[in-house]
Parts: sequence; C-alpha cells; structure tokens
Amino acid sequence: MDRHRRQALKSGGGLSLVALLAAAGWIDPAAAAPAEAWNKAAFQTHDMDSTLKALGDGTPVPSANVVFFSTPDIAENGAVVPVGITSKVPNTESIAILVEKNPNMLAALFEIPTGTEPAITTRVKMRETSNVYALVKAGGNYYVTSKEIKVTLGGCGG
Amino acid sequence: MPRKLRSIPGAAAALALAVITVTLPIVSVPAAAQESVEKAIEQYRQDLQGGNPAELWEARGEEIWNTPRGPKHASFKSCDLGLGPGIVKGAYAQLPRYFPDAGRVLDLESRLVWCMVNQQGLTHAEATKVTFGKGSRKRSDLEALTAYVVAQSDGTKMNVSLADPHVRDMYEIGEKMFFYRAGTHDFACATCHGSDGKRIRLQDLPNLTKKADAQRAYTSWPAYRVSQGEVRTFQWRLHDCLRQQRFPDLIYGSDASIALTTYLAARANGAAYAGPGMKR
Amino acid sequence: MPDPMKIRANLVGDSTEVKVLMSHEMDTGLAKDSSGKVIPAWFIQKVTVLHNDQQVLYAQWGTAVSKNPFMSFKFKGGAKGDKVTITWVDNHNETRTDSAVVG
Repeated sequence: MDRHRRQALKSGGGLSLVALLAAAGWIDPAAAAPAEAWNKAAFQTHDMDSTLKALGDGTPVPSANVVFFSTPDIAENGAVVPVGITSKVPNTESIAILVEKNPNMLAALFEIPTGTEPAITTRVKMRETSNVYALVKAGGNYYVTSKEIKVTLGGCGG
Repeated sequence: MPRKLRSIPGAAAALALAVITVTLPIVSVPAAAQESVEKAIEQYRQDLQGGNPAELWEARGEEIWNTPRGPKHASFKSCDLGLGPGIVKGAYAQLPRYFPDAGRVLDLESRLVWCMVNQQGLTHAEATKVTFGKGSRKRSDLEALTAYVVAQSDGTKMNVSLADPHVRDMYEIGEKMFFYRAGTHDFACATCHGSDGKRIRLQDLPNLTKKADAQRAYTSWPAYRVSQGEVRTFQWRLHDCLRQQRFPDLIYGSDASIALTTYLAARANGAAYAGPGMKR
Repeated sequence: MPDPMKIRANLVGDSTEVKVLMSHEMDTGLAKDSSGKVIPAWFIQKVTVLHNDQQVLYAQWGTAVSKNPFMSFKFKGGAKGDKVTITWVDNHNETRTDSAVVG
C-alpha cells in the first residue's frame, strides 16, 4: 500500500476523487474504483449463444462496420495475439473479443462511454487456430465480424 | 546470438533437434507458401510493436539501480560499466570490455555481478541466485537491471573495441567456440548459424557469419520473450543455445560465455543497438 | 504490492491516446507447475480508466488476456497536463492504481 500511496501522492494536482481518497487511506480502491460488476457468467461460456445470453441477449448481425485492425492472420505464438477492433456503428456501447476455440469464449469486454473512440487494442491468448469474433453492442443491438487467426506450431515455449 | 534459434522449445527440443538433423539442409515447404507465411509472421511481429512489456522490467531495474543494497549499503551509482561510475547511457553498446579493477573482460551481466559482490558486499551465490526469473514469484534482479541498462543504449551504435589485447583474445576464443563442433550431436553454433536459409520449422535462422544478420541478431537482444512472458538477457540466449546443442551447462558470467558474447557483440559493431527487443 | 503500471497518455489530434502495460501473471487456472499441481487462476478482472474524474473506459477481462497485459485506446478531448488514472482489480482482490499526465 505504501508504494501505491506514494505514487498517488506524487501525482499531485488533478487527482481523481477515488485516487485521492485511496491515497488518504479512507477507502479501499479495490472496492471503490470499478463500481461496475464483473460478469462471471459471461466469462464461463463456450459458445456464441450462451455468451450472448450472459451478456444480456440479442442476435448479432454481421456488420462491415465492425473492423479488425493491427490483427495478424498468423500468430507466431498463441500466448500473445494482438487484436485491434474498431466500430463504425453509431452509439457503440461496448466491444467484446471472443475466441471460439478457447476454453472460455469471452476474452475481454470493453465498455465505451460517450466521448471515447470505439476502438481498442489489446493482446489475448489463443489455445489453437480459431475464429475470433469482434462483438459490438450499439443502441441495444449486437453487431459482429469474425476473422480466423492461425496459431503456428512454432509457439511451443522455448 | 541467434535471432531465432531461440525458437527451439523446451519440452519439444529433442523433437526439434531430430527434425533439424534430418531436414535442415532441405526446406520442403513450397517457396510461395513459405513466403506468405513469412509475410504474415512479419505482420504479427509488427502488430506487437506498440508496447513492449520489457518496459516493466526497465522500471523495476531503474529502481534497483538507485537503491542502496547489500551489507555495504551501496547502490549501483558507484558501479562503473566502462564509462565512469553510475553512467548508464550508451554503456551497453561498448560491452564487453576489459575492466582493470576486475582483471577480466566482462559483459554487462558479469559486470553487474562484479559490482554486487565487490561494491555491495553480496556473495557471488547471492548475486547470482536468480539469473533467469520465472514469473512474479521468482524474479531476477539481474534481468531487470539488464533491461534498464540496455534500454539506455537504444539507438547507440555498437562499438566494442578490439584494440585492447584482452578483448581481442576473448574475441578470437569466441570465434573458435562458434565453429567448434562437439557434444552428442556433433553440433557447433555454426551448424545452424553459419550459412543462409536455415530454419527450424517456421523460424528462419540468422546466418551470424554475415555482417547484416549478425548485427540484426545481436542488437535485438536482450528481449521480452513472448512465449515465456519474461525479459531474457544475452547470457540466457547463449545458455539456451548451448543447451539445445547438448553442450554442458554454460555457467553464468563464465569466460566461455563472455568470449562468445565478445565475438558476437563485436561482429555487430556499427549497427545501432535497438533493444530491449520483443520476440515470440 | 503489485508493480506499477507503465502508462502513456499523449494528445493525438483532438484525442488523447492512452497506452498501458500492466505487470500481472494472468494465470488461466488451466496450467500445471513442474510438480504437476494446477496453478490456480489469477487474473485481472476489472480495469477502470479515468480522465481527471471522468470515466473514459471500463473493461472486464477473463483469463484469456495475455500475461503482462497491454491495452490502448483514445478518448476525445483532454489537454496537456490532464491526469489519466488507471485502476485494475484482480480475482484475489489485489489492486493497483497509477496515473500519468497527458503529454
């Protein structure tokens, strides 16, 4: 906690309320910062239907307005696969990354408030060659696009 | 050294070696298919360039560098990497070099160990307790320090001076070692890294007898190794190459390791150092 | 105490680009250690990004996000000197908060 506190104090001026309170030791940032929940059910699904159900239902429409960028066709190592997704669908609320053949399909879900560009990049693990889905929620509807990413045999750890 | 022999896997090394032995001289993948795979893999490497987790090691290394430690309560600010006590900027691009206070040619890692032992008062065993880390439960100060130091040479031209006879000797020993065939597989470094067009599965191997390949290979280590989620140093690179050749365990900071490093570092002279890198 | 994050926040046109690296094992709970024992799942679940006091991103992650996670995105507005604060919380309820100044 000490280093954390130092870090927060050092940053001075425009501290967020949460960081400020945490720095003062008044609140536990773990409890305070993300007031939002973690959708446990959604992270335990194995197919698109049950993932969608856990996320709040809806039938995704394939859309050319959901686009992968900086996402390779072949991953030299499945432990680190760069994925970039951008949405041109108006009023995009969230972007999710789903890997079809992973033990659990949902890898990450990004909630996009107004004012944030509907585009994110991150890196995910892939157990094997698989379709990867970019799932966008906008105006209560779901839009999806997919891309196959091959995971090479080269990636066995040495 | 090898830009991509790093690719031979731990558990599958035996299999991989068997494959190399049989197929190294012959590439059976159709040229066009191979080319498109290479392009795709190049794309993968580019897509990864945005953020190198080695920066997390650099930050930790900087903190260790500046913190007094050991029985003598000394920080690395008194550690001379060749450009004066505590000077880090550009130091890595001139290593290995001869250090009169140590009476030896030292590479970066062995110099860090020397400073820990002679200036901070740690025993050699304490200083080298974790040379290669494994996750947050077994972290290596040496890997963090190395990441910090090499990053301060990013963009600096490699300039290992062979004017000193000690360094020249080590270079020549390193060169002999590079071509020396031995072990159960009758392998030398040069078996995989002495001619063009060698590969292990999808990994093309640099021909370290060619200047351009040697420069590209050396200047991209140390590196964040994606498959391990760790920063690996050049000492690790050599250690794992020799393991793959079925040679005896390369002792961390040994003269043998420093001789090979001197040979490969000097062959990179003239190229801008570009690390820490990021590799599959 | 978890290691600090590495955060970069830079103005690009009229947006602020945020790039962050986090130090975390992101264990899936599916791998075994050398003695054959399952390494329990240990991973970041929630990430919050604040621009000054305003939330500009909230992420929920599973075990499939890579070790030592990287993430980047842009939000509109932002000015030099503004503060970007990122907090993560993992499934052990460990947490880390760091800030960067928009440059």
